Amino acid sequence: MAGQTAKQVLFEPIFSNNPIALQILGICSALAVTASLNVTIVMCISVIAVTACSNFAVSLIRNQIPGSIRIIAQMTIIASLVIVVDQLLKAYAYEISKQLSVFVGLIITNCIVMGRAEGFAMQNTPGMSFLDGIGNGLGYSVLLLFVGFWRELFGSGSLFGVTILSPVNEGGWYVTNGLLLLPPSAFFIIGLAIWALRTWKPEQVEEPDYKMSAHKVKEAF
Amino acid sequence: MAKGKETVSRTVIVALVLSVFFSVIVSTAAVSLKPLQVKNQTLNMKVNILAAAGMLPEGASAAQIEDEFSKFEVLLVDLDSGQYVEPSAVNVEDPMKYDMYKAASDPQLSEAIPGDQDRASIKRRPDVARVFVLKDGDELQKVVLPIHGYGLWSTLYGFVSLKGDANTIEGLGFYQHAETPGLGGEVDNPRWKAMWEGKEVYGDDTSKPEIQLVKGGVSPDAKDKEHKVDALSGATLTSRGVENLVNYWLSDSGYAQYLKNLRQGEA
Repeated sequence: MAGQTAKQVLFEPIFSNNPIALQILGICSALAVTASLNVTIVMCISVIAVTACSNFAVSLIRNQIPGSIRIIAQMTIIASLVIVVDQLLKAYAYEISKQLSVFVGLIITNCIVMGRAEGFAMQNTPGMSFLDGIGNGLGYSVLLLFVGFWRELFGSGSLFGVTILSPVNEGGWYVTNGLLLLPPSAFFIIGLAIWALRTWKPEQVEEPDYKMSAHKVKEAF
Repeated sequence: MAKGKETVSRTVIVALVLSVFFSVIVSTAAVSLKPLQVKNQTLNMKVNILAAAGMLPEGASAAQIEDEFSKFEVLLVDLDSGQYVEPSAVNVEDPMKYDMYKAASDPQLSEAIPGDQDRASIKRRPDVARVFVLKDGDELQKVVLPIHGYGLWSTLYGFVSLKGDANTIEGLGFYQHAETPGLGGEVDNPRWKAMWEGKEVYGDDTSKPEIQLVKGGVSPDAKDKEHKVDALSGATLTSRGVENLVNYWLSDSGYAQYLKNLRQGEA
């Protein structure tokens, strides 16, 4: 990890080392909040803020935290930041906080935040850790927005709440795809996105765990 | 240095400092943002009441909402007698501060609903409800009643607004639920909500609400069409839940007695 430039730290997580597509972290919230883009954007901003700030804070005190309680110390920092974000949303973006409901609180359990604190911030300087937090938050956002785009467009016929394909329910012609409004549909889209990404960047394809050997017909004894 | 930080005393000190520091941050945020949050919640409730009463201008500002809402009288009603009660009866100074959903879990302020009568599946009912009345002089224009009950996945919370005859529905809307998006979630669809306008709650018997949600639409020559609303397609259980909760709250267990009093001008 040592010797990475700031630019690499910031931009690598977007496509080359995407937290969702390559590290397969933070899938749960990617399913939950992507039915409409407005909600998705707020969730992305919240996650970026929390990841960046928690990385910064953890890195700042990384030399003070005793190894035996380091996970709990990281958890305390993350949980406090998430509560602050949740309170801010309730005060300044009430409508959206209602739609995000428990998922803001669940940023605490978002593996990306914890993963970056333990995996990066504990070994790097505060400045770099902050950038790493933003970078990973952006990587998460790019994938979420991609998923949200297809889900909202074909699930409710709109983008950012603006009607694009006028749905039958409102007297239009477009029969909305109900599956896309349900969380499991995000699995399909994430799967397709990972496929596309790994076709573009074949180095991300994992080695198979085992190889099939050629079939040999054994002579009967 | 690496050695020094692994001692027990060091561990305790770091843990302590960290906890104190972050508890200060969290409590500061919670306390300082509380007034704004409370304001948002009340505003949100007012928006829902106005929406049910069909009085919400599109893209209304907070000031407009306050202005429209101030036309309503906020009153507390004892559901058994159907008479208004003073806020002091439920230990609040101002009717706006009364929370009937909190009261429903307080044994002093609520009663358990016997299983066979619990059509809305809410288990307990508060003794006192908060209603919103719009009058023109002495004449009743609208009355907005809070309702809630179980759908398929969740409890639906909403308001139903009745016109001056305390029988014809003006509007209905739910502000909180977790029904399936696209199916039961269509309770939020403005086109569906519009179908409720003009429906009549009671027939001859003003204790028995007769609202029905029927499949396949309501044809103009259907029998009892004034009581029938088209059910949500693909959401039989949510529709049944809505039918049950509306009928529960407008029956004698709910607001029927109060509405009778209103009609006779005695409430």
